[in-house]
Amino acid sequence: MQAKTARVIRDGKEADIPVEEVLVNDLVVVRPGEKIPVDGDVIEGSSAVDESMITGESLPVSKKVGDEVIGATINKTGAFKFRATKVGKDTALANIIRLVQDAQGSKVPIQRIVDKVSAFFTPAVMILAIVGFVVWYDFGPAPALAYALIVAVTTLIIACPCALGMATPMSLTTGIGLGAQNGILIRSGDALQSAERLNAVILDKTGTITKGKPELTDVVLADSRWQIADSGASPAIGHQPSAISDLLRLAASVEKSSEHPLALAIVEGAQARGLKVSDVQTFEAIPGHGVSAGVEGRRVLIGNLKLMNREGIALGSLEEKSKTLADDGKTPMYVALDGQAAGILAVADTVKEDSKTAIAAMKKMGLEVVMITGDNERTAKAIARQVGVDRVLAEVLPQDKAFNVQKLQLEGKKVAMVGDGINDAPALAQADIGLAIGTGTDVAIEASDITLIKGSLMGVVTAIQISRATMRNVYQNLVGAFVYNSAGIPIALGVLYPFFGILLSPLLAALAMSFSSVTVISNANRLKRWTP
Amino acid sequence: MTPDKLLVTLFGLVTIASIVWFFWLVKKPGVKAALTTGGYQETMVLVKGGYTPDVIVVERGKPVRLNFVRAESASCSEMVLIPDFKKSAQLPEGETVPVEFLPDKPGEFEFQCQMGMLRGKLIVE
Repeated sequence: MQAKTARVIRDGKEADIPVEEVLVNDLVVVRPGEKIPVDGDVIEGSSAVDESMITGESLPVSKKVGDEVIGATINKTGAFKFRATKVGKDTALANIIRLVQDAQGSKVPIQRIVDKVSAFFTPAVMILAIVGFVVWYDFGPAPALAYALIVAVTTLIIACPCALGMATPMSLTTGIGLGAQNGILIRSGDALQSAERLNAVILDKTGTITKGKPELTDVVLADSRWQIADSGASPAIGHQPSAISDLLRLAASVEKSSEHPLALAIVEGAQARGLKVSDVQTFEAIPGHGVSAGVEGRRVLIGNLKLMNREGIALGSLEEKSKTLADDGKTPMYVALDGQAAGILAVADTVKEDSKTAIAAMKKMGLEVVMITGDNERTAKAIARQVGVDRVLAEVLPQDKAFNVQKLQLEGKKVAMVGDGINDAPALAQADIGLAIGTGTDVAIEASDITLIKGSLMGVVTAIQISRATMRNVYQNLVGAFVYNSAGIPIALGVLYPFFGILLSPLLAALAMSFSSVTVISNANRLKRWTP
Repeated sequence: MTPDKLLVTLFGLVTIASIVWFFWLVKKPGVKAALTTGGYQETMVLVKGGYTPDVIVVERGKPVRLNFVRAESASCSEMVLIPDFKKSAQLPEGETVPVEFLPDKPGEFEFQCQMGMLRGKLIVE
């Protein structure tokens, strides 16, 4: 799966070297169509990268300077340079391979029962063969020795602990492999079996249901309102009322100098609409209020109500509009130009595209969906409404998340917790199944039972579907193996002989034995054809 | 009952008794893994129609390295699993394959082939 060689710049020269010799901090050059050799951060150029073998995401992901690239993924269109951050056994691919191998070597809890049976199986069959021999020799028809021998040998041959022993590991291996193909890392057989029996899912809000990153959603002018986010794609500049472009451009110019996370959302919002930001002449951050700056000869104020009051700016109807925005779970910021209220910029953590579909799918699977968040009730409810979640646990401190999971478990439910990893770790551990979403970090993988490499909530649905399909396959195999053995052994012992005169030949027994193993393997392979 | 039938019956009973004794009653002493200079408790395990030794005793809390050597071509034994420590390994014929893990819990754990036909026991003290 990995690239064999890497093109590395050393001493100012490009050289192809075996991928094993790439060191951390090496500069690696990747051309279009090539496999990225190791993990790293892009430092020059940009491209689209097909990450499907790691994340299962079929669309290429765009990469620019500062973005992370993953080894073994395929570079599509552009050329770029990156600095290697993880090589050898530390790469994401190596971690995933190790994880999948470990999981495939683990046990589904039901296997423990099978193991107990298997431990008795071999000696029990040997004893049965001897009993068969003695009974046929003592009471069977002539030639007694020939019959006794045939019965004993046939019994030994037809008994197939293989089918019983393979029933669960075969399906487990296939199921976990299937998960890995779809960007879902199932860490053990335990996780697989528990995921099948879930009846409630707790979703963390930030970063799980939402993107976890604020985005510019609304621009409101002092007299009219123009919404950006709800119109879908951003309209061409020519169609934008120039007053809005002006407001956004000036605000973005100011916020470019700020380090506030909300400021970044405004700058990105302006850039996404093709607006060119200007340089600021003066800039002052007023802690707890906002910022004040001079741009293009105008004085721009951006901040909260306190800032506007302090500067004595009349807000008029804007104050009412700001409240409506806040009710929708957004964070509004006032903008004033040259001492006049000009408008409001609203920023919010937006919902991931397919969260609503995924939550609907979970409900359809019969799962109770609960949202948990540290945010205030108003924001939480607004998001919950958008995605169709009925039960909301808001204003929950991070350390109380695990307690809330436990409360749901006390209602007698098998609970899955879905979070973005690190700060959810106790809750992930408390839940019957912890799913870490959109991450390949070691910490998150360690804390979770199932890791969803892709950020989409649909991964939760797929993970549960795969678990259900795998466990169904396991049960089918176990029932098949059990029925085969419990029917085959008595027939081999000749129980049908007194009534119908039927006695199995050792040859047929050998065929039946192989056939039972083939059936189990074929059934497990059937699982490979599963699609989400 | 003729003498030969009596003989066969007796022989059968004795064989059954010895099967019961061999599989369930006898306690195999097990081989204690040797502590190497690297801090590992190490032992070789020969894979040929079974695991030799098939009972391995290790101390709790010290890393274990089991070096499996598969000396047969039968595909039955091409993989070894230690499910309780979530370890598995492919065993190419003739190669020494080390499997490392930390026995952090005392008890008796099994290692086995992929079909569960060959079994060995790991005792953590």
